[in-house]
Amino acid sequence: MSIGLSIIAGLGVALFGFVLQTSVAGLNRKVVARLQKRYGPKWYQEFIDIFKLLSKRATSHGWIFDFGVIMALGGIIATAMFMPITNNLLAFEGFDNFFIFVYLIAVGMLGMAMSASGSGNPLASIGVMRALTTMLAYEVPFMVIVLTIINLTGESSVSAIAQAQQLGGDFNWFIIALPIGGVVAVLSLMGMLGKKPFETYIAPAEIASGPMVEYGGKQLGMLFIMHEITVFIEVSLFVHLFLGGAENIIIFLVKYVAVYTFVNLISYVNGRFKIDQVVVFFYKWPLLLAVIQAVMAIYLGLVI
Amino acid sequence: MTKEEVDRKWWEIGDFFRRNSLWMLMYCTGCCAIELPPAMTSAYDMERLGMGPMATPRQADVLLVTGYLSLKTLRRLIYTYEQMSEPKYVVGFGSCTINGGIYHDSHAVINQLDQYIPVDTYVAGCMPNTEAVMNGFIDLMELIKTKKADGWKRYHENYEWYKKNQLDSLGSIEVKDEFHE
Ligand code: SF4
Repeated sequence: MSIGLSIIAGLGVALFGFVLQTSVAGLNRKVVARLQKRYGPKWYQEFIDIFKLLSKRATSHGWIFDFGVIMALGGIIATAMFMPITNNLLAFEGFDNFFIFVYLIAVGMLGMAMSASGSGNPLASIGVMRALTTMLAYEVPFMVIVLTIINLTGESSVSAIAQAQQLGGDFNWFIIALPIGGVVAVLSLMGMLGKKPFETYIAPAEIASGPMVEYGGKQLGMLFIMHEITVFIEVSLFVHLFLGGAENIIIFLVKYVAVYTFVNLISYVNGRFKIDQVVVFFYKWPLLLAVIQAVMAIYLGLVI
Repeated sequence: MTKEEVDRKWWEIGDFFRRNSLWMLMYCTGCCAIELPPAMTSAYDMERLGMGPMATPRQADVLLVTGYLSLKTLRRLIYTYEQMSEPKYVVGFGSCTINGGIYHDSHAVINQLDQYIPVDTYVAGCMPNTEAVMNGFIDLMELIKTKKADGWKRYHENYEWYKKNQLDSLGSIEVKDEFHE
């Protein structure tokens, strides 16, 4: 593919991710409502929310505030462009290395952190500080598990790892092949998505939704789009790395919806950790389990 | 189509989104606020209408003033209202916001909320029952649809008048910030 075509395909992937995740989030609001014996909003409520926000006037708190939002959205779209959806459906062939996602996703996060701090609201700074602390906490066990997988397969390309699982032969789906690691990955995923009990950095009743406290109108709308695409990236990474990826788009959709709904349902029966509890939790059990799994898999060769 | 017609069409499309996604900032000052939990939970399920609570004024579309307002609170309320991004709407709960209710002769309480910030719709009763609250929200949606919920515009147009009322009652509308002095 020529570079121009690749870029268009990449933007298509980002758009697909946005539409998919926004619909799934809307459906999940209905699922949660049923869980709480309510009827719940329309499934396209999330779209209405986003378009409403884009239609409102917004206050600005200086150019860092505005520029940070654009940087966050741009960074996340750029990350999503590299995401493979199925085995053959990826925009930039050969550029879906796991570490590209790790590095690029930070651009979006840092843009958001910069912009939130630029608003001058102390609650926003507290929220950003907490978000970065949470990131530091869940990244370590997640990295240990993913590095184990990279060591086992000898590949760091996301689609190659997915294919290694599909071929049967050597490896099962990694959530089965590395069962302890699978548990760690689910916990880390919950941290990444900011689901309870790890939603300390949003904490609406406590620090007025943290980094988002000064956003309203258009900027908030853009951050919502950014959030949806971020969730798309994180959940798809989980699907490709641990659930064997997808041969075709139907399988991808099924796996995607299942993972997101599962995590969301767990989230709604939990309370919220304090920030020090989040860090202590991640550095204690998941990290310990991840290291045990790595030693078992790499040195003892215990892979199911 | 002329430019005005195009603008009006866009505004109508925007109104569709705005009335189907009303995020509330609940300024729970009085006893009326007790009607909000049943409206939000499984009994009446406000989320069906696309409504939900929001934590900060920047994100909210509707300001719910639930009950009596002392002079001290009014100052904060005006601050909060002015921070919200436009278009914004105000719903007043109970007789306290309409004419002072049972506290009408108290020296510390204001009688008519409409003198200080523009109110788009009232929910009558002391306290209003939950059906009335839900009806109030449906009314607000209808008002947005028929372009009558224009309190935020009136606030711009009659700002002198509102400001004068605020100053008459409060002396000054500066919020004393004890934490940063
Ligand atoms: S109207 Fe009645 S119920 Fe509502 S705040 Fe006033 S006194 Fe309380």
